[in-house]
Amino acid sequence: MKKKLAVLLAGAMVMASLVGCGGGDAAPAETSAPAEEAPAADEAPAADEAPAAEEEAPAADEAPAADGGTISVGFAQVGHESDWRAANTQNYQDAFSEANGYELSFVDADNDNAVQLEAVRNFIQQEMDYICIAPIETAGWDTVLQEAQDAGIPVLIVDRSVDADPSLYTTQLGCDMVAEGETAGNWLAEYLDGAEAKILVIEGSVGASATLGRTEGFNNIAAQHSEWEILDSQSGDFTQAGGQEVMESFIKSYSDFNVVVCQNDNEAYGAMDAMDAAGITYGVDGDVIIISFDATHDGLQYTLDGKINCNVECNPLQAEFAADVIQKLEKGEAVDAQTIVKDEAFVAPGITSQYAVTMTQEVLDGRAY
Amino acid sequence: MSKLKKITKMQLFLPIFSMILVMLVNVIYDLASGNAPFGFFSISTQVTSSGNTILYGRLIDILNRGSEVAILAIGMTLVVSASAGTDISVGSVMSLSGGMCCMLLAGYGVTNVSEYARPLWVGIGAGILVAVVCGLFNGFLVAYLNIQPMVATLILWSAGRAIGLLLCNSAIVYVRVPSFQFFGSYVGFLPTPILIAAICVLIMALLLKFTALGTFVQSVGINKKAARISGFNSAKIILMCYAICGLCAGIAGITATSRIYSADTNNIGLNMELDAILAVALGGNSLGGGKFNLAGSIIGAYTIQAITTTLYALGVSSAQAPVFKAIVVILIVVIQAEPVREYFKKLSAKKAAAKEA
Repeated sequence: MKKKLAVLLAGAMVMASLVGCGGGDAAPAETSAPAEEAPAADEAPAADEAPAAEEEAPAADEAPAADGGTISVGFAQVGHESDWRAANTQNYQDAFSEANGYELSFVDADNDNAVQLEAVRNFIQQEMDYICIAPIETAGWDTVLQEAQDAGIPVLIVDRSVDADPSLYTTQLGCDMVAEGETAGNWLAEYLDGAEAKILVIEGSVGASATLGRTEGFNNIAAQHSEWEILDSQSGDFTQAGGQEVMESFIKSYSDFNVVVCQNDNEAYGAMDAMDAAGITYGVDGDVIIISFDATHDGLQYTLDGKINCNVECNPLQAEFAADVIQKLEKGEAVDAQTIVKDEAFVAPGITSQYAVTMTQEVLDGRAY
Repeated sequence: MSKLKKITKMQLFLPIFSMILVMLVNVIYDLASGNAPFGFFSISTQVTSSGNTILYGRLIDILNRGSEVAILAIGMTLVVSASAGTDISVGSVMSLSGGMCCMLLAGYGVTNVSEYARPLWVGIGAGILVAVVCGLFNGFLVAYLNIQPMVATLILWSAGRAIGLLLCNSAIVYVRVPSFQFFGSYVGFLPTPILIAAICVLIMALLLKFTALGTFVQSVGINKKAARISGFNSAKIILMCYAICGLCAGIAGITATSRIYSADTNNIGLNMELDAILAVALGGNSLGGGKFNLAGSIIGAYTIQAITTTLYALGVSSAQAPVFKAIVVILIVVIQAEPVREYFKKLSAKKAAAKEA
């Protein structure tokens, strides 16, 4: 009786995830997902029994996998928290389209770790050819990755990283945050050309991989320059309000500074608001150099306007790199354990750099997001 | 001596004492690091990039950045007093209110506008209206269906932000019109949020002074049944408290949105319900309902901001800041705890007795 119930529940969850896929491009359906998925998370214990129960009734789940030419890919996305994430999702949906020979099952986990784990388990049960995971949390993946390996399904960890034995997944694909920080540092060194720098850093959320990587990368370069001094470093939580508040305080603590490093664009907007209120000029024509990260559309508009001197990209268009890996695997070629998505950097008009592209209206119009 | 005793016996003595203590840390720090000892307290004027002259200083920052929590604390105080429970949905409702406002001003699905799609008052009116409706919804569940306040408000705690995201199509909606920024920037030389908070506090203080609102709320909070038997409509009063709490959340939401001229629904008011509840507690109010002190809650709200601003001023790293914040909060709560106060009272009585003998 219990097993039957488990099968029923597991079936219901598969249906729920399919419904989730169907609503993939319609935003309202996506956003209402948390309410629908919350009960699903409660069923997790029951679903754990599902693999055992499945042995009795395998026929139902095998059907979808049995189609010929197309490659089925399951993608467990983090959520839809930012423009960046939306561009990332859209990119995957475009790259893994049916026209390109793929069948993409997309699950938006809405930042819920349990939902994401279950989505991956479903992909395993549906015998997907490949699974892409953009992990919400770094820890706790060993069991489910082992299950995927036992089922013989290659797993691509995309965008972020996991704390698991690298032998459990095929490749880890994403931006190199440390390299982004180093790019920012290298650009600053080139721009200042030996001049003194008094630097204030507005960090991202405490402990986020982007915060850690960008801080480490920038500090690596700063360590090579004795004429640079990092006066202070505080978290602005990746938000504009946080950037405003931290910058407001920095201005009062330090009367003398000439570089502000903001670890994302939203913080940079906030820092600019605060400097406006204090009558401090910034950007190409101002006293303070602003370095930002992410290179979102609005951020690059500010770069084009000369308000942000240098904006280092974190490229959301990662799907082609993932597709590349999958094509290699299809041909039976070996792939690297790490696949780095190439990031670019952009500088305001009037600046030329070996590390970055000088912004023009064409560059901005040519951006995909 | 007796004068000092009078002061220390005042109800607001401990909350004010705690706030001053927090700020004194800065004086010690400035002295130790060789700066002007009262640099933290100095207020000067500053010319902005757009040519306005504004007041400038850390105290202004505390008043400015603490506005939202102070506004929330007004509503939260009433809710706590009347229903012996907290409204944990206020942060989410702030986000919903901001999202509603920006969605209307920009138009659905548009993420960046430099002119209004609708008149400003429509956006702000709708933003505040939706917050009041949220408050009424919470109040209905608590007052008429007798659902535990935390459970009742848990619904909008999770759904409010989600609806806000839905309205904004999961994106940050920018309204880059100078008049929209007014509520988060400056009116003359004063930051507008300070003025908004001051008006809200003033209106509520006048209501409490010149109407029987305070008495109604407190009697319902002390004993709901007794209040009903004495002729108060308890349910209606609780409903009204939640509606006022919603209204406050709406005003705070619009202020927070105007500061960043955008509806960042993922982050506006995030965890702010906890700060509002803490403000009520730091103000010396019992979370068990009944008697309340509005001034205490407001002082509590600014104390929280004073801690944050002090930690920035001291340059404490962001990873460690929450620990220091927790320690300070614990200290403030402990010195206000009944047994601790009793202990000190006994101690001073003993001293007095020893002196006499």
